[in-house]
Amino acid sequence: MRRTFVKTLVGAAVVAVFSSIAFAQSGKAVKIGLLATLEGPFAAGGADGMRGAELAIKERGGVVAGRKIELIKASSDAKPDVAVNATRKLVEQDKVDIMVGPLSGGEGIAVKEYSKTQPGVTFINGSSGAQATTLVNPSPNFFRFNTEGAQWMFGLGKAALDKGYKRVMVIAEDYAFPYSQVQGFMAEYCRLGGKVPVKAWVPLGGKDYSSVIARVPKDVDALVVVLGGADAVNFLNQYEAAGGDKPMVGGSITVSQDVLNYKGKRRDSLVGTIAGSPIADAYDGADFKKFVAAYQKAYPVSSGAYPSPSLFALVYYINMKAALDGLEAVKGDLSDGHKKYRQALSTMTLKTPTGNVKLDQNRQAIGSTFITEVVKDSKGNLYNRVLRKVDGIDQMLGMKPSEFKMGSRDEPNCP
Amino acid sequence: MSAARWRTAMNSGAGRAAMRGQTAAVALPRPGEAAISFPNLARHIGARHVVVLALLLVFPWVASPFVTYQVGAQALALGLIALSLTFLGGFGGMISLAQMTVAGIAGYTLAIFGPVGASDAGVSLGWPWWLALAMAIVMATAAAAFIGWLSVRTEGIYTIMITLAVGVAFYYLCLQNYAVFNGFQGFQRVNPPQLFGINWRTPVPYYYLALFWALAGYFFVKYLLRTPFGIALQGIRDNPRRMNALGFNVTAHRIAAYAVAGVIAAVGGVLLVWYNGLITPGSVGTSWMINILIIAVLGGMRHPIGAFLGAIVFVLLQTFAIDLIDRERYNLVIGVVFLAIVLFSPDGLLGWWAPIRSKLTRNSSVQSTPTGGNR
Amino acid sequence: MTRFWRWLWTALIGIPILVFVVWAIWDNERLFFVTLLNGLTLSSLYFIVAAGFTLVFGLMRNVNLAHGSLYLLGGYIGFFVAQKTGWFVLALAAGFLGAAAAGLAMQVAVFRFMPGEDLRQTMVTIALSIIIADLLLWGLGATVHQMDAPEPLQGPMRGIPVINAYSTYRMTLLPIGIVIGVALWLFLNRTRVGMMIRAGVDDRSMLAASGVNVNLVFAVTFAIGAGLAGLGGVIGAVELSMVPGEDVRMLLASLIVVIVGGMGSVVGAALGAVILGVAETYGLAYAPTYSVVFTFVILVLVLAFRPRGILGRPA
Repeated sequence: MRRTFVKTLVGAAVVAVFSSIAFAQSGKAVKIGLLATLEGPFAAGGADGMRGAELAIKERGGVVAGRKIELIKASSDAKPDVAVNATRKLVEQDKVDIMVGPLSGGEGIAVKEYSKTQPGVTFINGSSGAQATTLVNPSPNFFRFNTEGAQWMFGLGKAALDKGYKRVMVIAEDYAFPYSQVQGFMAEYCRLGGKVPVKAWVPLGGKDYSSVIARVPKDVDALVVVLGGADAVNFLNQYEAAGGDKPMVGGSITVSQDVLNYKGKRRDSLVGTIAGSPIADAYDGADFKKFVAAYQKAYPVSSGAYPSPSLFALVYYINMKAALDGLEAVKGDLSDGHKKYRQALSTMTLKTPTGNVKLDQNRQAIGSTFITEVVKDSKGNLYNRVLRKVDGIDQMLGMKPSEFKMGSRDEPNCP
Repeated sequence: MSAARWRTAMNSGAGRAAMRGQTAAVALPRPGEAAISFPNLARHIGARHVVVLALLLVFPWVASPFVTYQVGAQALALGLIALSLTFLGGFGGMISLAQMTVAGIAGYTLAIFGPVGASDAGVSLGWPWWLALAMAIVMATAAAAFIGWLSVRTEGIYTIMITLAVGVAFYYLCLQNYAVFNGFQGFQRVNPPQLFGINWRTPVPYYYLALFWALAGYFFVKYLLRTPFGIALQGIRDNPRRMNALGFNVTAHRIAAYAVAGVIAAVGGVLLVWYNGLITPGSVGTSWMINILIIAVLGGMRHPIGAFLGAIVFVLLQTFAIDLIDRERYNLVIGVVFLAIVLFSPDGLLGWWAPIRSKLTRNSSVQSTPTGGNR
Repeated sequence: MTRFWRWLWTALIGIPILVFVVWAIWDNERLFFVTLLNGLTLSSLYFIVAAGFTLVFGLMRNVNLAHGSLYLLGGYIGFFVAQKTGWFVLALAAGFLGAAAAGLAMQVAVFRFMPGEDLRQTMVTIALSIIIADLLLWGLGATVHQMDAPEPLQGPMRGIPVINAYSTYRMTLLPIGIVIGVALWLFLNRTRVGMMIRAGVDDRSMLAASGVNVNLVFAVTFAIGAGLAGLGGVIGAVELSMVPGEDVRMLLASLIVVIVGGMGSVVGAALGAVILGVAETYGLAYAPTYSVVFTFVILVLVLAFRPRGILGRPA
């Protein structure tokens, strides 16, 4: 019986040797690793993120600063340990120079921690949006060119007050990303005098919102709903069926494309919903229109893509573009432990489809967000109209670092 | 509680009949081997042991650091957790899906009490590492005994459901509780201590650390299976009523088996949390709980080595599947492999070995009992 | 002595519940009653799904861990049939039949060849659940599939005392659950096949010895059990929407329902479903953070004192 063990080990060793030979080539090509979530509930978003990142490479014809780009992909299932395993494979086995990813918040923190053990590789975020990634123990070689969950919602507080919502109830999932989204909303909303008497944190994976709906007090003007994809649809459906008629304020993934397009009847009750998001389909900036057109050309709906790029596609595109623009700026020079390259990344002004982005001292993006409103077009289709574009939002949300606290269940608070 | 008494019981007709039931495939130790003790253990170390050991020791020097760490060391750590399930399932007849939970409890305890990680959450108690380590093993063992106590009160098939439910309960507790478990984010930077001036996180030292404990676990289980306790446990697996009638306390033996498996899983859990450097609710979720079962079944539960075999295949698939097929369909591959093993080779990869060996041995000497042992 | 203990336990569990009920009604009567209704309607869905699970287990000792996948399958089939035809009743039938066919295939192609090997059967179901989940993800993607309720059941029903408005569709879950429960009871107690199934639950070998085609009975039972999961899927596709991951959730709900209620007992499934549904919704309404953990505390307590579940009998 033990001989089987020997054989397997020999087999493993053979595989190991072979794979190291296979991957040990060194050429002019610059190797970029790309990690997104292709398994589980985030699979659709992950696939679109990959499209966005590949689009950035296609735009340059697969070449940057005269060097060919070799893209090596990996997938996780939104679990931090799996994300680190996949990243480790790309970095240590496939020997990538630059690593782009991952998709979700928990993964982002884990990959950031891993990046500290690999000082020779430059890590650029995918679409993960946890505040802690760059606020707590930042890593010197982890860069994030996208704004995060709290920044995405900045400006929505004022918009809600403008709509006359003086008291709101928050309904959000019970983990870090919604905490930061709610904070982005409340930071401004509370400062300007709005009140949030009830916050309902729904356990992750819960599908039955009837209990939460039953708790909606009579005296609130609107509901702030920060639920993603499946859960948002579910909530809307149940709320409507239960006779609820309060207007909605959405999080960044509450009323995104996949929710407006979801299979099933179109919900007219969504009309008038305002939300904060780093992407707005109807934004008419020239760069954005160009980006959308390029996406639609490269990925027709028939290939399984969305009719218009999702948040994940945009954010992965931005981060991959940053990686390539940085390489262009230093003419592909990655010598001296990427010293020049990182310098360039830290100081450059990145042109993105939605405006310019600069990094702060924690290598976190200072950028723009959109305040949108769901409206109906002439054909009866729902889309997000841009109410306002807010520029230059930093991670402190306009507060001093001393008074800033990361979002949690109880922070901020203004009952 | 002697081995001889148990053998007499099993040699009777009813014992044989029971063997042909659901667990008939699992072998018993041969009579000659049944009563070995440590002094004459050396007699049992053959050439193949030496070869395997030599290969294991040389492995990190021929493989790249990545393969050493992600394939070699990870397989050893996962194998150790799967070994605890092999011991429980293969020799105690109790398939527990909560072995990953036990390992996770060890990992979480280490993170919560230890000096590592969690400075961002302010949860960690900052105990010295050796104290936290001891605490982790103790807590995990206690938890394993508790899970055992809950599930052994009903018979066989209930166990799998109850342990699944308990495991998921722990997952949700970790996910929802911020005061102790730091919720969704879990703990980062749970690294092994710097000891003797060696960074145990680096691939080669970590590999040897994992190898040491994997070997220790392997020989511990092999030894245990030949003690009166191990023999009695296998007796209970095959016919609990008869063992009860013989005066064995069936429930106590089963709970003790859970506790012993808990120790093994705890060591594996500590290794795994050091390997990952982090622990989050995802590490103890349903998919990992089932993965451990897949590993154990893949290798075969007939022999302790099966756990490690399964782990190597599992890790190789997990790491390199994306180069061969779409990673998106990785679950499909794992599912089909698992289904094929369960349907066509109930003894896992070990089952393939038996016919080969019988063919080999037929050439050299006449041996009548190729797989079944003492029937 | 036993009587004393029984009283003690009734008091220990009953008094806190009573105190809670009085406080909750006094605090916010609408919330209390809406939550009660929410709990009972959710229980109804849990019962439909778990009844199939417990039926299969009771007769065949087969812990079908692919039960959640059948739920998902039924839901998707129902969704597409409703989309094509616009008939909700047709969707219900298609969901039931689709899942039943899948269950039948599993029984005829696989489980028939491993009688009595309950552990191996369970492992097969684990493998099948992984495969089915990934195939569905492959074919349909991770997008949400939410079915519309039939026209007359859309929107709220108003004018109910105390709670004012309540979802019409959700309200109908209650009679649907009761109807299915009664139908199942009649089927098991009043028909020939039902009698065979009950006989099989009590003593399989005796049933076989009395000349009944056990394989046929097994196949019918498995088809009905799987069909109930599919039927639940169609109902759930409206109320809870269909998306990858729902299979595991519904499987866990079924597991808890049958462990608490007692394996193999349809009445136990109803009891377990009510306990789980009510506990879950009250937990969500009054202590959302730990509501999920709360249901597992119930599970552990039941197991500690009644290892076979509340209505479980020795095998």
